[in-house]
Amino acid sequence: MLVVEGLVKRFGGFKAVNNVSFKVARGEILGLIGPNGSGKSTIFNMLSGTFPPTAGSIKFEGEEIAGLPPHRIINRGIGRTFQIPRPFHRLTIFENVALAGYFGQGRLSRANAEEAAERALAMVGLPTDRRASVEGLGAAGLKKLELAKALATAPKLLLADESLGGLDDNEMEQAADMLRRIRDELGITIIWVEHIMGVLMRVVDRVMVLDHGEKISEGLPAEVSSDPRVIEVYLGTDANAVQAAVARARG
Amino acid sequence: MLEHFDIFLLEAVINGILLGGLLALLALGLNLIFGVIDVTWICYAELVMIGMYGMYFLVQYYGLPYYAAAPLAILIVAVLGALLHLLVIAPLLNAAPINQLLATGGVLFVLQSFATVAFGIDFRNLGIRLPVLQFADMHLSYSRLLAFGVALIGMLLVYLFMTRTFLGTAIRAIAQDRQIMPLMGVDAGRIYLITSALGGALAGLAACLLVLQYDVHPFVGLSFGPITFIICVLGGLGNFVGGFVAAFLFAQIISLGGLYSDLEWGYVLAFAFFIVMMFIRPAGLLARRS
Repeated sequence: MLVVEGLVKRFGGFKAVNNVSFKVARGEILGLIGPNGSGKSTIFNMLSGTFPPTAGSIKFEGEEIAGLPPHRIINRGIGRTFQIPRPFHRLTIFENVALAGYFGQGRLSRANAEEAAERALAMVGLPTDRRASVEGLGAAGLKKLELAKALATAPKLLLADESLGGLDDNEMEQAADMLRRIRDELGITIIWVEHIMGVLMRVVDRVMVLDHGEKISEGLPAEVSSDPRVIEVYLGTDANAVQAAVARARG
Repeated sequence: MLEHFDIFLLEAVINGILLGGLLALLALGLNLIFGVIDVTWICYAELVMIGMYGMYFLVQYYGLPYYAAAPLAILIVAVLGALLHLLVIAPLLNAAPINQLLATGGVLFVLQSFATVAFGIDFRNLGIRLPVLQFADMHLSYSRLLAFGVALIGMLLVYLFMTRTFLGTAIRAIAQDRQIMPLMGVDAGRIYLITSALGGALAGLAACLLVLQYDVHPFVGLSFGPITFIICVLGGLGNFVGGFVAAFLFAQIISLGGLYSDLEWGYVLAFAFFIVMMFIRPAGLLARRS
Protein backbone atom coordinates (compact mmCIF):
# COMPACT_ATOMS: atom_id res chain seq x y z
CA MET A 1 0.00 0.00 0.00
CA LEU A 2 2.81 2.39 0.93
CA VAL A 3 6.29 2.10 -0.57
CA VAL A 4 8.95 4.53 0.64
CA GLU A 5 12.32 4.50 -1.07
CA GLY A 6 15.53 6.40 -0.31
CA LEU A 7 13.78 9.09 1.72
CA VAL A 8 16.09 11.99 2.67
CA LYS A 9 15.35 15.23 4.52
CA ARG A 10 18.05 17.81 5.05
CA PHE A 11 17.57 20.96 7.15
CA GLY A 12 20.55 23.09 6.13
CA GLY A 13 23.55 20.86 6.76
CA PHE A 14 21.66 18.57 9.15
CA LYS A 15 20.35 15.28 7.82
CA ALA A 16 17.16 14.63 9.79
CA VAL A 17 16.29 11.57 7.71
CA ASN A 18 18.96 9.71 5.76
CA ASN A 19 18.08 7.23 3.03
CA VAL A 20 15.17 5.46 4.73
CA SER A 21 13.18 2.85 2.81
CA PHE A 22 10.25 0.77 4.01
CA LYS A 23 6.96 -0.75 2.93
CA VAL A 24 3.61 -0.99 4.62
CA ALA A 25 1.17 -3.72 3.61
CA ARG A 26 -2.60 -3.20 3.56
CA GLY A 27 -4.19 -3.96 6.93
CA GLU A 28 -0.91 -3.88 8.80
CA ILE A 29 0.01 -1.97 11.97
CA LEU A 30 3.61 -0.80 11.69
CA GLY A 31 5.28 0.59 14.81
CA LEU A 32 7.84 3.35 14.29
CA ILE A 33 10.11 3.88 17.26
CA GLY A 34 13.34 5.69 18.03
CA PRO A 35 14.74 8.18 20.52
CA ASN A 36 13.90 11.90 20.39
CA GLY A 37 15.31 13.50 17.24
CA SER A 38 15.70 10.17 15.45
CA GLY A 39 13.58 11.40 12.53
CA LYS A 40 10.20 9.77 13.27
CA SER A 41 8.18 12.96 13.16
CA THR A 42 10.14 14.20 10.14
CA ILE A 43 9.12 11.06 8.25
CA PHE A 44 5.49 11.63 9.30
CA ASN A 45 5.67 15.23 8.15
CA MET A 46 6.88 14.13 4.72
CA LEU A 47 4.24 11.40 4.46
CA SER A 48 1.47 13.88 5.33
CA GLY A 49 2.89 16.63 3.12
CA THR A 50 3.78 19.19 5.79
CA PHE A 51 7.10 19.58 3.95
CA PRO A 52 8.53 17.88 0.87
CA PRO A 53 11.42 15.37 1.06
CA THR A 54 14.87 16.50 -0.09
CA ALA A 55 15.14 13.26 -2.06
CA GLY A 56 13.41 9.91 -2.36
CA SER A 57 10.03 8.60 -3.37
CA ILE A 58 6.78 7.98 -1.49
CA LYS A 59 4.32 5.81 -3.41
CA PHE A 60 0.81 5.41 -2.00
CA GLU A 61 -1.35 2.85 -3.80
CA GLY A 62 1.11 2.93 -6.67
CA GLU A 63 1.11 6.71 -7.12
CA GLU A 64 3.86 9.14 -6.22
CA ILE A 65 2.73 11.53 -3.47
CA ALA A 66 6.07 13.01 -2.35
CA GLY A 67 5.84 16.80 -2.33
CA LEU A 68 2.05 17.03 -2.74
CA PRO A 69 0.36 19.63 -0.49
CA PRO A 70 -1.24 18.22 2.68
CA HIS A 71 -4.85 18.69 1.59
CA ARG A 72 -4.24 16.61 -1.55
CA ILE A 73 -2.57 13.84 0.41
CA ILE A 74 -5.41 13.69 2.92
CA ASN A 75 -7.94 13.55 0.10
CA ARG A 76 -6.10 10.50 -1.24
CA GLY A 77 -6.65 8.72 2.05
CA ILE A 78 -3.79 9.37 4.45
CA GLY A 79 -5.05 10.68 7.79
CA ARG A 80 -2.92 11.91 10.64
CA THR A 81 -3.07 12.57 14.37
CA PHE A 82 -0.69 14.80 16.27
CA GLN A 83 1.57 14.23 19.22
CA ILE A 84 0.10 17.34 20.81
CA PRO A 85 -3.68 17.50 20.25
CA ARG A 86 -4.63 20.60 18.31
CA PRO A 87 -8.42 20.95 18.35
CA PHE A 88 -10.19 24.19 17.47
CA HIS A 89 -11.26 25.40 20.89
CA ARG A 90 -13.87 27.81 19.58
CA LEU A 91 -15.71 24.99 17.78
CA THR A 92 -17.70 22.19 19.40
CA ILE A 93 -16.38 18.63 19.44
CA PHE A 94 -18.83 17.71 16.70
CA GLU A 95 -17.87 20.71 14.53
CA ASN A 96 -14.19 19.82 14.85
CA VAL A 97 -14.78 16.29 13.63
CA ALA A 98 -17.39 17.15 10.98
CA LEU A 99 -15.08 19.82 9.56
CA ALA A 100 -12.34 17.22 9.13
CA GLY A 101 -14.92 14.87 7.60
CA TYR A 102 -16.12 17.46 5.11
CA PHE A 103 -12.78 18.76 3.85
CA GLY A 104 -10.82 15.55 4.42
CA GLN A 105 -13.12 13.63 2.11
CA GLY A 106 -12.97 16.28 -0.60
CA ARG A 107 -16.16 18.22 0.27
CA LEU A 108 -18.69 15.55 -0.63
CA SER A 109 -21.77 16.71 1.24
CA ARG A 110 -22.90 17.95 4.64
CA ALA A 111 -24.82 14.75 5.30
CA ASN A 112 -21.79 12.61 4.49
CA ALA A 113 -19.54 14.71 6.74
CA GLU A 114 -21.97 14.60 9.66
CA GLU A 115 -22.44 10.87 9.31
CA ALA A 116 -18.66 10.36 9.22
CA ALA A 117 -18.32 12.54 12.32
CA GLU A 118 -20.96 10.56 14.21
CA ARG A 119 -19.34 7.25 13.32
CA ALA A 120 -15.87 8.49 14.23
CA LEU A 121 -17.02 9.91 17.58
CA ALA A 122 -18.85 6.68 18.42
CA MET A 123 -15.79 4.66 17.44
CA VAL A 124 -13.45 6.52 19.82
CA GLY A 125 -16.08 6.81 22.55
CA LEU A 126 -16.73 10.56 22.61
CA PRO A 127 -20.22 12.11 22.95
CA THR A 128 -22.00 12.55 19.61
CA ASP A 129 -24.04 15.39 21.15
CA ARG A 130 -23.66 18.32 18.77
CA ARG A 131 -23.27 20.92 21.47
CA ALA A 132 -20.58 19.20 23.56
CA SER A 133 -17.68 21.60 24.07
CA VAL A 134 -13.97 20.91 23.63
CA GLU A 135 -13.30 22.65 26.95
CA GLY A 136 -13.24 20.17 29.77
CA LEU A 137 -11.82 17.29 27.74
CA GLY A 138 -8.84 15.80 29.58
CA ALA A 139 -5.64 14.52 28.00
CA ALA A 140 -7.31 11.22 27.10
CA GLY A 141 -10.37 12.99 25.67
CA LEU A 142 -8.24 15.28 23.51
CA LYS A 143 -6.33 12.29 22.13
CA LYS A 144 -9.65 10.66 21.29
CA LEU A 145 -10.77 13.85 19.55
CA GLU A 146 -7.56 13.84 17.48
CA LEU A 147 -8.24 10.27 16.50
CA ALA A 148 -11.89 11.01 15.66
CA LYS A 149 -10.83 13.92 13.42
CA ALA A 150 -8.42 11.68 11.55
CA LEU A 151 -11.00 8.88 11.24
CA ALA A 152 -13.66 11.25 9.90
CA THR A 153 -11.46 11.93 6.88
CA ALA A 154 -12.04 8.26 5.93
CA PRO A 155 -8.36 7.36 5.71
CA LYS A 156 -7.02 4.15 4.21
CA LEU A 157 -3.74 4.76 6.01
CA LEU A 158 -3.64 6.37 9.46
CA LEU A 159 -0.50 8.04 10.73
CA ALA A 160 -0.78 8.03 14.53
CA ASP A 161 1.83 10.31 16.09
CA GLU A 162 2.87 9.34 19.63
CA SER A 163 -0.73 9.05 20.52
CA LEU A 164 -0.27 7.83 24.08
CA GLY A 165 1.99 10.47 25.65
CA GLY A 166 0.42 11.98 28.78
CA LEU A 167 -1.92 9.06 29.52
CA ASP A 168 -1.92 6.76 32.55
CA ASP A 169 -1.37 3.00 32.22
CA ASN A 170 -5.03 2.16 32.00
CA GLU A 171 -5.78 4.86 29.39
CA MET A 172 -2.73 3.73 27.44
CA GLU A 173 -3.97 0.16 27.24
CA GLN A 174 -7.40 1.38 26.12
CA ALA A 175 -5.87 3.58 23.42
CA ALA A 176 -3.72 0.73 22.13
CA ASP A 177 -6.79 -1.50 21.94
CA MET A 178 -8.56 1.31 20.10
CA LEU A 179 -5.91 1.37 17.35
CA ARG A 180 -6.21 -2.38 16.99
CA ARG A 181 -10.02 -2.10 16.75
CA ILE A 182 -9.67 0.62 14.12
CA ARG A 183 -7.57 -1.75 12.06
CA ASP A 184 -9.75 -4.82 12.70
CA GLU A 185 -13.19 -3.21 12.32
CA LEU A 186 -12.53 -0.44 9.80
CA GLY A 187 -9.72 -2.13 7.88
CA ILE A 188 -7.49 0.93 8.21
CA THR A 189 -3.76 0.44 7.83
CA ILE A 190 -1.79 2.17 10.61
CA ILE A 191 1.70 3.53 11.14
CA TRP A 192 2.14 4.24 14.83
CA VAL A 193 4.90 6.43 16.18
CA GLU A 194 5.37 5.95 19.90
CA HIS A 195 7.75 6.51 22.78
CA ILE A 196 6.19 4.00 25.12
CA MET A 197 7.45 0.69 23.82
CA GLY A 198 5.69 -1.85 25.99
CA VAL A 199 2.17 -1.09 24.81
CA LEU A 200 3.24 -0.60 21.22
CA MET A 201 4.97 -3.97 21.08
CA ARG A 202 1.75 -5.68 22.15
CA VAL A 203 -0.35 -4.27 19.31
CA VAL A 204 1.86 -3.80 16.23
CA ASP A 205 2.54 -6.43 13.57
CA ARG A 206 6.00 -5.13 12.72
CA VAL A 207 8.38 -2.54 14.16
CA MET A 208 10.86 -0.23 12.50
CA VAL A 209 13.55 1.44 14.61
CA LEU A 210 15.20 4.74 13.72
CA ASP A 211 18.32 6.35 15.14
CA HIS A 212 19.93 9.59 13.95
CA GLY A 213 17.71 9.59 10.87
CA GLU A 214 18.64 6.06 9.78
CA LYS A 215 16.77 2.79 9.92
CA ILE A 216 18.71 0.46 12.20
CA SER A 217 16.28 -2.42 12.58
CA GLU A 218 13.00 -3.75 11.25
CA GLY A 219 11.01 -6.87 11.95
CA LEU A 220 8.63 -8.60 14.34
CA PRO A 221 8.40 -7.06 17.83
CA ALA A 222 10.20 -10.00 19.43
CA GLU A 223 13.05 -9.89 16.90
CA VAL A 224 13.52 -6.14 17.17
CA SER A 225 13.48 -6.00 20.93
CA SER A 226 16.26 -8.59 21.10
CA ASP A 227 18.32 -6.94 18.32
CA PRO A 228 21.63 -5.90 19.97
CA ARG A 229 21.81 -2.68 17.92
CA VAL A 230 18.37 -1.63 19.07
CA ILE A 231 19.16 -2.42 22.68
CA GLU A 232 22.40 -0.49 22.39
CA VAL A 233 21.16 2.76 20.82
CA TYR A 234 17.60 3.00 21.99
CA LEU A 235 16.37 0.65 24.63
CA GLY A 236 19.30 0.92 27.02
CA THR A 237 18.11 0.18 30.50
CA ASP A 238 14.53 -0.21 29.26
CA ALA A 239 15.42 -3.40 27.37
CA ASN A 240 14.44 -5.72 30.19
CA ALA A 241 11.15 -3.95 30.68
CA VAL A 242 10.36 -4.20 26.98
CA GLN A 243 11.22 -7.85 26.74
CA ALA A 244 9.09 -8.52 29.78
CA ALA A 245 6.22 -6.65 28.14
CA VAL A 246 6.59 -8.66 24.96
CA ALA A 247 6.66 -11.91 26.93
CA ARG A 248 3.56 -10.84 28.83
CA ALA A 249 1.78 -9.95 25.61
CA ARG A 250 2.51 -13.38 24.20
CA GLY A 251 0.81 -14.80 27.25
CA MET B 1 -37.95 74.19 25.23
CA LEU B 2 -37.32 71.00 27.17
CA GLU B 3 -39.66 69.11 24.90
CA HIS B 4 -37.78 70.34 21.87
CA PHE B 5 -34.48 69.32 23.36
CA ASP B 6 -35.79 65.81 24.00
CA ILE B 7 -36.79 65.45 20.38
CA PHE B 8 -33.33 66.55 19.23
CA LEU B 9 -31.78 64.12 21.67
CA LEU B 10 -33.96 61.28 20.39
CA GLU B 11 -33.18 62.19 16.80
CA ALA B 12 -29.46 62.16 17.56
CA VAL B 13 -29.74 58.78 19.29
CA ILE B 14 -31.61 57.33 16.32
CA ASN B 15 -29.13 58.79 13.84
CA GLY B 16 -26.33 57.36 15.97
CA ILE B 17 -27.91 53.92 15.75
CA LEU B 18 -28.30 54.26 11.99
CA LEU B 19 -24.66 55.35 11.61
CA GLY B 20 -23.64 52.50 13.91
CA GLY B 21 -25.09 49.89 11.55
CA LEU B 22 -23.04 51.22 8.65
CA LEU B 23 -19.85 51.49 10.71
CA ALA B 24 -20.42 47.95 12.00
CA LEU B 25 -20.62 46.70 8.41
CA LEU B 26 -17.34 48.45 7.55
CA ALA B 27 -15.70 47.09 10.70
CA LEU B 28 -16.91 43.55 9.94
CA GLY B 29 -15.06 43.46 6.61
CA LEU B 30 -11.80 44.70 8.10
CA ASN B 31 -12.16 42.39 11.12
CA LEU B 32 -12.84 39.41 8.89
CA ILE B 33 -9.58 39.92 6.99
CA PHE B 34 -7.60 40.52 10.15
CA GLY B 35 -9.21 37.69 12.10
CA VAL B 36 -8.73 35.11 9.38
CA ILE B 37 -5.60 36.11 7.46
CA ASP B 38 -3.91 38.08 10.26
CA VAL B 39 -3.26 40.99 7.93
CA THR B 40 -4.65 44.53 8.23
CA TRP B 41 -5.91 45.99 4.98
CA ILE B 42 -4.92 49.63 5.54
CA CYS B 43 -6.43 50.28 2.11
CA TYR B 44 -9.86 48.91 3.10
CA ALA B 45 -11.64 52.27 2.79
CA GLU B 46 -10.06 52.79 -0.63
CA LEU B 47 -11.75 49.59 -1.80
CA VAL B 48 -14.98 51.21 -0.65
CA MET B 49 -14.04 54.33 -2.63
CA ILE B 50 -13.53 52.24 -5.80
CA GLY B 51 -16.92 50.63 -5.16
CA MET B 52 -18.53 54.07 -4.87
CA TYR B 53 -16.96 55.07 -8.19
CA GLY B 54 -18.23 51.79 -9.62
CA MET B 55 -21.75 52.73 -8.54
CA TYR B 56 -21.35 56.25 -9.94
CA PHE B 57 -20.29 55.04 -13.37
CA LEU B 58 -22.79 52.20 -13.55
CA VAL B 59 -25.68 54.51 -12.64
CA GLN B 60 -24.69 57.83 -14.20
CA TYR B 61 -22.67 56.65 -17.21
CA TYR B 62 -24.25 53.33 -18.17
CA GLY B 63 -27.69 54.31 -16.95
CA LEU B 64 -28.30 51.20 -14.87
CA PRO B 65 -30.94 51.43 -12.15
CA TYR B 66 -29.54 51.51 -8.62
CA TYR B 67 -30.66 47.99 -7.73
CA ALA B 68 -29.04 46.50 -10.84
CA ALA B 69 -25.81 48.44 -10.34
CA ALA B 70 -25.38 47.45 -6.69
CA PRO B 71 -24.73 43.69 -7.22
CA LEU B 72 -22.26 44.54 -10.01
CA ALA B 73 -20.39 47.02 -7.81
CA ILE B 74 -20.24 44.44 -5.01
CA LEU B 75 -18.86 41.89 -7.46
CA ILE B 76 -16.23 44.35 -8.73
CA VAL B 77 -14.95 45.08 -5.24
CA ALA B 78 -15.04 41.37 -4.32
CA VAL B 79 -12.79 40.63 -7.31
CA LEU B 80 -10.58 43.54 -6.25
CA GLY B 81 -10.32 42.02 -2.75
CA ALA B 82 -9.32 38.65 -4.22
CA LEU B 83 -6.74 40.34 -6.47
CA LEU B 84 -5.36 42.31 -3.52
CA HIS B 85 -4.82 39.01 -1.74
CA LEU B 86 -3.27 37.21 -4.71
CA LEU B 87 -0.97 40.02 -5.81
CA VAL B 88 0.01 41.70 -2.54
CA ILE B 89 -0.86 39.65 0.55
CA ALA B 90 -0.16 36.07 -0.56
CA PRO B 91 3.51 36.75 -1.44
CA LEU B 92 3.92 38.48 1.96
CA LEU B 93 1.98 35.99 4.05
CA ASN B 94 5.01 34.95 6.06
CA ALA B 95 6.71 38.35 6.00
CA ALA B 96 6.99 40.62 9.05
CA PRO B 97 3.66 42.34 9.91
CA ILE B 98 5.21 45.78 9.30
CA ASN B 99 5.97 44.80 5.69
CA GLN B 100 2.38 43.66 5.16
CA LEU B 101 1.15 46.91 6.70
CA LEU B 102 3.41 49.01 4.49
CA ALA B 103 2.40 47.04 1.39
CA THR B 104 -1.34 47.56 1.95
CA GLY B 105 -0.53 51.17 2.86
CA GLY B 106 1.15 51.39 -0.54
CA VAL B 107 -1.99 50.03 -2.17
CA LEU B 108 -3.94 52.83 -0.43
CA PHE B 109 -1.87 55.47 -2.22
CA VAL B 110 -1.93 53.55 -5.50
CA LEU B 111 -5.74 53.44 -5.42
CA GLN B 112 -6.04 57.10 -4.37
CA SER B 113 -3.65 58.24 -7.08
CA PHE B 114 -5.28 55.99 -9.64
CA ALA B 115 -8.69 57.46 -8.82
CA THR B 116 -7.29 60.99 -9.04
CA VAL B 117 -5.75 60.36 -12.45
CA ALA B 118 -8.62 58.34 -13.86
CA PHE B 119 -11.64 60.13 -12.40
CA GLY B 120 -10.33 63.58 -11.45
CA ILE B 121 -10.83 65.30 -8.13
CA ASP B 122 -14.43 66.35 -8.72
CA PHE B 123 -17.06 65.39 -6.18
CA ARG B 124 -19.58 63.12 -7.88
CA ASN B 125 -22.88 61.68 -6.83
CA LEU B 126 -25.54 59.37 -8.17
CA GLY B 127 -28.04 62.12 -8.63
CA ILE B 128 -30.42 60.11 -6.48
CA ARG B 129 -31.89 61.97 -3.55
CA LEU B 130 -34.03 59.86 -1.31
CA PRO B 131 -36.71 61.71 0.62
CA VAL B 132 -36.44 62.62 4.27
CA LEU B 133 -38.87 61.01 6.64
CA GLN B 134 -40.54 63.51 8.96
CA PHE B 135 -41.88 61.91 12.06
CA ALA B 136 -42.80 63.67 15.30
CA ASP B 137 -40.63 66.69 14.51
CA MET B 138 -37.67 64.42 13.71
CA HIS B 139 -35.89 64.32 10.36
CA LEU B 140 -34.64 60.89 9.37
CA SER B 141 -33.31 60.33 5.88
CA TYR B 142 -34.45 57.27 3.96
CA SER B 143 -30.90 56.71 2.71
CA ARG B 144 -29.75 56.25 6.30
CA LEU B 145 -32.65 53.98 7.16
CA LEU B 146 -31.98 51.91 4.03
CA ALA B 147 -28.25 51.76 4.80
CA PHE B 148 -28.97 50.62 8.33
CA GLY B 149 -31.41 47.92 7.27
CA VAL B 150 -29.27 46.56 4.46
CA ALA B 151 -26.12 46.64 6.61
CA LEU B 152 -27.90 44.58 9.27
CA ILE B 153 -29.15 42.09 6.68
CA GLY B 154 -25.64 41.85 5.20
CA MET B 155 -24.14 41.17 8.61
CA LEU B 156 -26.82 38.58 9.36
CA LEU B 157 -26.04 36.77 6.10
CA VAL B 158 -22.33 36.74 6.94
CA TYR B 159 -23.16 35.41 10.41
CA LEU B 160 -25.27 32.60 8.95
CA PHE B 161 -22.57 31.77 6.41
CA MET B 162 -19.90 31.67 9.12
CA THR B 163 -21.90 29.48 11.50
CA ARG B 164 -24.03 27.27 9.24
CA THR B 165 -21.63 26.18 6.48
CA PHE B 166 -18.45 24.11 6.62
CA LEU B 167 -16.66 26.74 4.56
CA GLY B 168 -17.65 29.42 7.09
CA THR B 169 -16.65 27.14 9.97
CA ALA B 170 -13.27 26.59 8.33
CA ILE B 171 -12.88 30.37 7.91
CA ARG B 172 -13.56 30.85 11.63
CA ALA B 173 -11.27 28.02 12.61
CA ILE B 174 -8.29 28.76 10.40
CA ALA B 175 -7.46 31.90 12.37
CA GLN B 176 -6.70 29.72 15.39
CA ASP B 177 -4.28 27.32 13.77
CA ARG B 178 -3.00 27.94 10.27
CA GLN B 179 -0.89 24.79 10.10
CA ILE B 180 -3.44 22.22 11.11
CA MET B 181 -6.12 23.14 8.57
CA PRO B 182 -4.31 21.72 5.54
CA LEU B 183 -3.87 18.48 7.48
CA MET B 184 -7.64 18.28 7.84
CA GLY B 185 -7.88 18.47 4.07
CA VAL B 186 -8.45 22.21 3.79
CA ASP B 187 -6.68 24.18 1.08
CA ALA B 188 -5.63 27.20 3.16
CA GLY B 189 -4.81 29.31 0.10
CA ARG B 190 -8.35 28.83 -1.16
CA ILE B 191 -9.84 29.78 2.23
CA TYR B 192 -7.80 32.99 2.24
CA LEU B 193 -8.87 33.83 -1.29
CA ILE B 194 -12.56 33.30 -0.47
CA THR B 195 -12.22 35.34 2.72
CA SER B 196 -10.56 38.18 0.79
CA ALA B 197 -13.33 38.14 -1.81
CA LEU B 198 -15.90 38.19 1.01
CA GLY B 199 -14.09 41.10 2.69
CA GLY B 200 -14.12 42.89 -0.66
CA ALA B 201 -17.82 42.14 -1.13
CA LEU B 202 -18.56 43.72 2.27
CA ALA B 203 -16.58 46.81 1.23
CA GLY B 204 -18.62 46.83 -1.99
CA LEU B 205 -21.89 46.60 -0.06
CA ALA B 206 -20.79 49.47 2.18
CA ALA B 207 -19.93 51.46 -0.96
CA CYS B 208 -23.43 50.96 -2.38
CA LEU B 209 -24.92 52.31 0.86
CA LEU B 210 -22.45 55.17 1.41
CA VAL B 211 -22.82 56.48 -2.12
CA LEU B 212 -26.46 57.30 -1.33
CA GLN B 213 -25.34 59.63 1.46
CA TYR B 214 -21.97 61.00 0.40
CA ASP B 215 -20.37 62.31 -2.75
CA VAL B 216 -17.49 60.23 -4.06
CA HIS B 217 -14.02 61.68 -4.66
CA PRO B 218 -10.54 60.10 -4.61
CA PHE B 219 -9.99 60.93 -0.92
CA VAL B 220 -13.39 59.89 0.40
CA GLY B 221 -11.77 56.86 2.05
CA LEU B 222 -10.05 59.17 4.51
CA SER B 223 -13.37 60.21 6.01
CA PHE B 224 -14.26 56.71 7.21
CA GLY B 225 -11.09 54.58 6.90
CA PRO B 226 -9.50 55.77 10.16
CA ILE B 227 -12.83 55.45 12.03
CA THR B 228 -13.28 51.89 10.80
CA PHE B 229 -9.78 50.98 11.84
CA ILE B 230 -10.19 52.54 15.27
CA ILE B 231 -13.51 50.77 15.82
CA CYS B 232 -11.84 47.45 15.05
CA VAL B 233 -9.03 48.19 17.49
CA LEU B 234 -11.54 49.35 20.12
CA GLY B 235 -13.50 46.11 19.76
CA GLY B 236 -10.33 44.05 19.69
CA LEU B 237 -8.85 43.41 16.22
CA GLY B 238 -10.39 40.29 14.74
CA ASN B 239 -13.18 40.18 17.35
CA PHE B 240 -16.43 40.31 15.34
CA VAL B 241 -18.76 40.90 18.29
CA GLY B 242 -16.39 43.47 19.80
CA GLY B 243 -16.29 45.37 16.52
CA PHE B 244 -20.09 45.34 16.33
CA VAL B 245 -20.49 46.76 19.85
CA ALA B 246 -17.69 49.31 19.34
CA ALA B 247 -19.27 50.55 16.09
CA PHE B 248 -22.55 51.41 17.82
CA LEU B 249 -20.78 52.93 20.81
CA PHE B 250 -18.57 55.05 18.59
CA ALA B 251 -21.45 56.15 16.38
CA GLN B 252 -23.45 57.16 19.44
CA ILE B 253 -20.61 59.28 20.79
CA ILE B 254 -20.22 60.99 17.41
CA SER B 255 -23.93 61.61 17.11
CA LEU B 256 -24.56 62.79 20.67
CA GLY B 257 -21.30 64.74 20.80
CA GLY B 258 -22.35 66.56 17.66
CA LEU B 259 -25.73 67.42 19.23
CA TYR B 260 -24.28 69.88 21.74
CA SER B 261 -22.05 71.66 19.30
CA ASP B 262 -20.65 71.19 15.79
CA LEU B 263 -20.60 67.72 14.28
CA GLU B 264 -16.79 67.83 14.39
CA TRP B 265 -16.96 67.90 18.18
CA GLY B 266 -18.55 64.48 18.03
CA TYR B 267 -15.44 63.17 16.29
CA VAL B 268 -13.15 64.89 18.80
CA LEU B 269 -15.02 63.25 21.67
CA ALA B 270 -15.08 59.85 19.93
CA PHE B 271 -11.35 59.85 19.25
CA ALA B 272 -10.58 61.09 22.76
CA PHE B 273 -12.71 58.24 24.07
CA PHE B 274 -10.72 55.83 21.94
CA ILE B 275 -7.40 57.10 23.32
CA VAL B 276 -8.63 56.79 26.91
CA MET B 277 -9.93 53.27 26.21
CA MET B 278 -6.55 52.28 24.87
CA PHE B 279 -5.18 52.95 28.35
CA ILE B 280 -8.01 51.17 30.16
CA ARG B 281 -8.62 48.20 27.85
CA PRO B 282 -5.75 48.00 25.39
CA ALA B 283 -6.80 44.57 24.09
CA GLY B 284 -10.30 45.76 23.18
CA LEU B 285 -13.70 46.23 24.80
CA LEU B 286 -14.62 42.57 25.08
CA ALA B 287 -11.15 41.20 25.74
CA ARG B 288 -10.97 38.70 28.55
CA ARG B 289 -8.80 39.80 31.41
CA SER B 290 -5.66 37.71 31.41
